[in-house]
Amino acid sequence: MHPSHRGAAADRAPRAAPVAQAVVVTGVSRYLAATVAARLAADPRVGRVVGLDAAAPPADVAPQLDGVTTVVAEPHRAADVLADLRADVVVHMAVTSRPPRADDADDDAKERNVIGTMQLLAACQRAPLLRKLIVRSSTAAYGASFKDPAVFTEETAPRATPRGGFARDILDIEGYLRGFARRRPDVLATVLRFAPIIGSAADTTLTRYFASPFVPTVLGRDPRLQFVHLDDVREILHEAVVGAHPGTFNVAGAGVLTLSQAIRRAGRIPVPVPEQGLSAAAALARGLDLGGYGFDQLDLFVHGRVVDTARLVAEFGVTPRTTAEAFDDFIRAHRGGTVLPATQVAAVEQALLDGIRRIRAARPEAADVAG
Amino acid sequence: MSPVDPPPATDPWDRRVADALAFLRGRLTGQYEVDEFGFDAQLTERVFLPMLRRLYQDWFRTEVTGREFLPEKGGALVVANHAGTVALDGLMLSVAVHDAHDPARHLRLLGADLVFTTPVLSELARKMGTTVACHADAERLLRTGELVGVFPEGFKGVGKGYAERYRLQRFGRGGFVASALRTGQPILPVAIVGAEEAYPMLADIQPLARLLGLPYFPVTPTFPALGPLGLLPLPSKWLIEFCPPISTAGRSEAADDPMVVFDLADEVRETIQSTVDRLLARRPDPFGP
Repeated sequence: MHPSHRGAAADRAPRAAPVAQAVVVTGVSRYLAATVAARLAADPRVGRVVGLDAAAPPADVAPQLDGVTTVVAEPHRAADVLADLRADVVVHMAVTSRPPRADDADDDAKERNVIGTMQLLAACQRAPLLRKLIVRSSTAAYGASFKDPAVFTEETAPRATPRGGFARDILDIEGYLRGFARRRPDVLATVLRFAPIIGSAADTTLTRYFASPFVPTVLGRDPRLQFVHLDDVREILHEAVVGAHPGTFNVAGAGVLTLSQAIRRAGRIPVPVPEQGLSAAAALARGLDLGGYGFDQLDLFVHGRVVDTARLVAEFGVTPRTTAEAFDDFIRAHRGGTVLPATQVAAVEQALLDGIRRIRAARPEAADVAG
Repeated sequence: MSPVDPPPATDPWDRRVADALAFLRGRLTGQYEVDEFGFDAQLTERVFLPMLRRLYQDWFRTEVTGREFLPEKGGALVVANHAGTVALDGLMLSVAVHDAHDPARHLRLLGADLVFTTPVLSELARKMGTTVACHADAERLLRTGELVGVFPEGFKGVGKGYAERYRLQRFGRGGFVASALRTGQPILPVAIVGAEEAYPMLADIQPLARLLGLPYFPVTPTFPALGPLGLLPLPSKWLIEFCPPISTAGRSEAADDPMVVFDLADEVRETIQSTVDRLLARRPDPFGP
């Protein structure tokens, strides 16, 4: 575990001194990591920012990497990169819930997540100048079980190994990270367990799920969901680099939306399907490589997932937008597929009310009763 | 009469229609609040409780005593006896607690795992404010000043035969006592009479229960003989009594002491048993007025 005096020492450091000489951000071929790197590059307190990825950033992400040097290298070469750069901070963002490209199979995602993390951590262990390691994790680390408490704190241990590949990756990654923290107690390790990320610009499996007009749900289940806004994710990652916040933190918007409530807010139509049918559909989607929909989503839609964020708010001094606010922002950007807009429902309500009033006004006995 | 009142507000029928339509619109567009446990206060107050109140008042003719012991604010662990094959007593206790005070308070029940593994039932239970019976949830609710309801007998209570009616079963490991001690919230024993006769369990078909993965398969005078009609409870007379609270303040270190936990659990059990016996003496005819 991390001695508590370290955080206090970092706070006493003069503000003018650069808080980081050279920051390495992994996974910058993806939008979120790219924008996190660019924001760090724009901060005068941060020296050099280098984006590390096995793939070159695609055309839609490359323009985001303003002021960021991109190094395209396989994870096993990370040790050389860290040594060459004399990196003192590593932000590990190459942990993703879906294959980066449609032709990538599930195994490649696992390869990237788990093996990539192992190789990066091995490199970090041999980097003598490294002071800080920030890892993107997920609330999927809590697993999925019917015996789970309603609200997970950072101390809650998973009761059952989840079915989803991503959730298992997360458990593996956090396991390796605990090993790393034991071997390099001098490195400040921050693990951020993010709730599903949502926002006007976010493009994830979940945002695509809510963007379709008819949304499949699990029959007889109405899971509690939490989201975190993309902008808050960026803010918190930035603060993790420039501040000193060792430990594991849940990152989610306060409050809860149930799945049915979220679908209604989005003006979509829920289509309940028995769980067996969805399991088969998930397997089929994987087989046909339709991307995204899998046991990770299914587990979430059966069990739901709510976390306690008191530790984050106290330590980071940042209160993320609430789950409802984050979701409403996402809806505003995806109004296109709305089947049942709130304005139309309100109009129908007014029409019904007016109609009933007219009918009652036309009937004299109704007026007598009212009088 | 204030002159600013809009004319429709003076007509109660019109106001009721407008209110109902606004409620429907709120539900249809997702504009309502659900807490972190999944409790939907609006749905509970406007749909579930009014339905249950019919059963509570007209069918079971429930009488409540000792309301003054139920705290008007702050947390408490409400501990009751459990009976009646299906856990109707939890629902009736929820109505009794809700209607005891103004402003009303909601009882947050702790439910068995089986409730949460069952589709539909799990969804309804969460919306009514029930959560999984575990230390983390119980203590989180107690710390935020909620009234938490627990039936420590569990399936041993609901699944016992009619011959054993009103004899309290073992209280498990007394985990509920540890939660109350750790949070320093009082324990409020409650005795419920009437649930045993609503679904008197004459036999338990264990092989069928094992096949269906249930803790028991009940045979009552009407079920399964009358099919779905057998699910209607018999119109027994219900009495609910809240007993004086047992304070646990400042004893949080005792939560890990098994002797203290067992003794306190026993005290609660004895209190409920003697109150049940007293209520039974007050109600000679289980199906009386």
